Amino acid sequence: MTLKINKYKYLVARRSIQITVLGLFLAGNYLGWEVLRGNYSSARLFGTVPLSDPYAILQILASGFIASTDVLLGGIIILVIYGLVNGRMFCSWICLFNIVADTAIWSNKRLGITTQLRLSRKIRYGILVLSLILSAIIGISAFEAISPVSILHRGLIFGFGAGWAVILAIFLFDVAVVKYGWCGHLCPLGAFYSFIGRFSVLKVKHSKEKCTDCLKCFDVCHEVQVLDIIGKKTGIIQSSECTNCARCIEACDDEALFFTLRSPLKQTTKKKQLS
Amino acid sequence: MTSRREVIQKLFKGAALAGTGGLIWSTATGKHKSEELVLRPPGAISKEKFLKACIKCGQCVDACPYDTLKLAQPEDKILIGTPYFTPRETPCYMCTNYPCTEVCPSGALDLKKLTRRETGTSIDHAEMGLAVVHRESCIAFWGIQCDACYRACPLMEKAIVLDFKKNTKTGKHANLQPVVMSDACTGCGACEHACVTEKAAIRVLPREIAIGEVGDHYIKSWEENDEERINNIQETGTEKDTDVETALDYLNKDEELFD
Repeated sequence: MTLKINKYKYLVARRSIQITVLGLFLAGNYLGWEVLRGNYSSARLFGTVPLSDPYAILQILASGFIASTDVLLGGIIILVIYGLVNGRMFCSWICLFNIVADTAIWSNKRLGITTQLRLSRKIRYGILVLSLILSAIIGISAFEAISPVSILHRGLIFGFGAGWAVILAIFLFDVAVVKYGWCGHLCPLGAFYSFIGRFSVLKVKHSKEKCTDCLKCFDVCHEVQVLDIIGKKTGIIQSSECTNCARCIEACDDEALFFTLRSPLKQTTKKKQLS
Repeated sequence: MTSRREVIQKLFKGAALAGTGGLIWSTATGKHKSEELVLRPPGAISKEKFLKACIKCGQCVDACPYDTLKLAQPEDKILIGTPYFTPRETPCYMCTNYPCTEVCPSGALDLKKLTRRETGTSIDHAEMGLAVVHRESCIAFWGIQCDACYRACPLMEKAIVLDFKKNTKTGKHANLQPVVMSDACTGCGACEHACVTEKAAIRVLPREIAIGEVGDHYIKSWEENDEERINNIQETGTEKDTDVETALDYLNKDEELFD
């Protein structure tokens, strides 16, 4: 039993953090706890520290409104934290859509559905750019007006209304139309966080010497394109599309994958050398 | 190596996809600009700016002790995630410490909107809407005694006054007709909430809908200096004014009448 928990320790940690953050928001709204109030778009920590979604701020700015200093400060705090640690850790350690997506992929495997449609994983960057252009044209934060991620987060804290149908639709899309469809192909918020995670410190490292080419990591990874070096060379998973979810680390029986810290400065010099 | 043709094809496909996607997306989102009958929390900045500024965090809803404020859900036909209230269900109880306005991080609710130079910051300066009375369905206008809205109003005798009119049906009673004073009404909706008729005879509308505008062509001659507003009128059509002849002659030209 202890072994099994050890095998899933990162999953347990991720779910615990996801549920705890949600719990704190709920306690803030319904019990008046001062730890975390608001929601994932903008919140206040311990009644003082502002936290804001930098992508939402970007849309506000694009729509033609100078965001308040409170919101801007909150955005900078989030940018610094995720920029430093790892941008897309939001996706796998905080975002609750992660649980929806995981359930979808689990259902897909249980039902044995093979999805036919192939989408480019670059679409999300297109949507990201498009959302900012549209925000400027219509004068309203374009993605926030339809964001299923925000619908889920707001719904869980303040009540869903008909919003659950949107979540269900995307769940079914993930199960039956495109595997990892939303989080891995379309979500511009994830695209944004992979942008700001370019130089982050916490990364997954691969050791070619220990790797037995079993490809178990490919089975569990939601962003398989980041695993390009597996079995080929020892090094850090470079792509900032990696969400640090640690599924590969859990799946690996050979200890060929593990977390490591890298210097953000080294990363930049390396890039220069390459170009 | 991709050929030039392929690159052009790809570019075209991408542009077409982004174009149609963007069009659907923007029509789904842009319609919210025309939503008119939404009441926003106290201190809300002008409608267009509010829709831009609100970050949809729900902290105002969280702060509201009466659960008056709600966050718009997809079926509400209001920009999703923005706060609003429905006075017939729960009015704004006008907390003297305006917790919702104060907690807003985004500037969509702004304390400046509740502040006047002479009297400082007060919830009484809120401009959430303006109550409007439908006389025909208001039983006080029928002559039945009712002053529910007047009593419910947190600014009784300022925002709603009773106009005593002689009841012509009996000849000896009074009609206590409610009259809303638009300079004092905050749009809290306590009146709409209290109204006894099946569908409220007094309703709160957004101020920009309920309020008319005279313009500068009419002046109050009995008020000192009001005449000066005439100077605001921008001269228009001076070129045509000089062309008096055609104006006089146009009826004399038959060919223009029968063409």
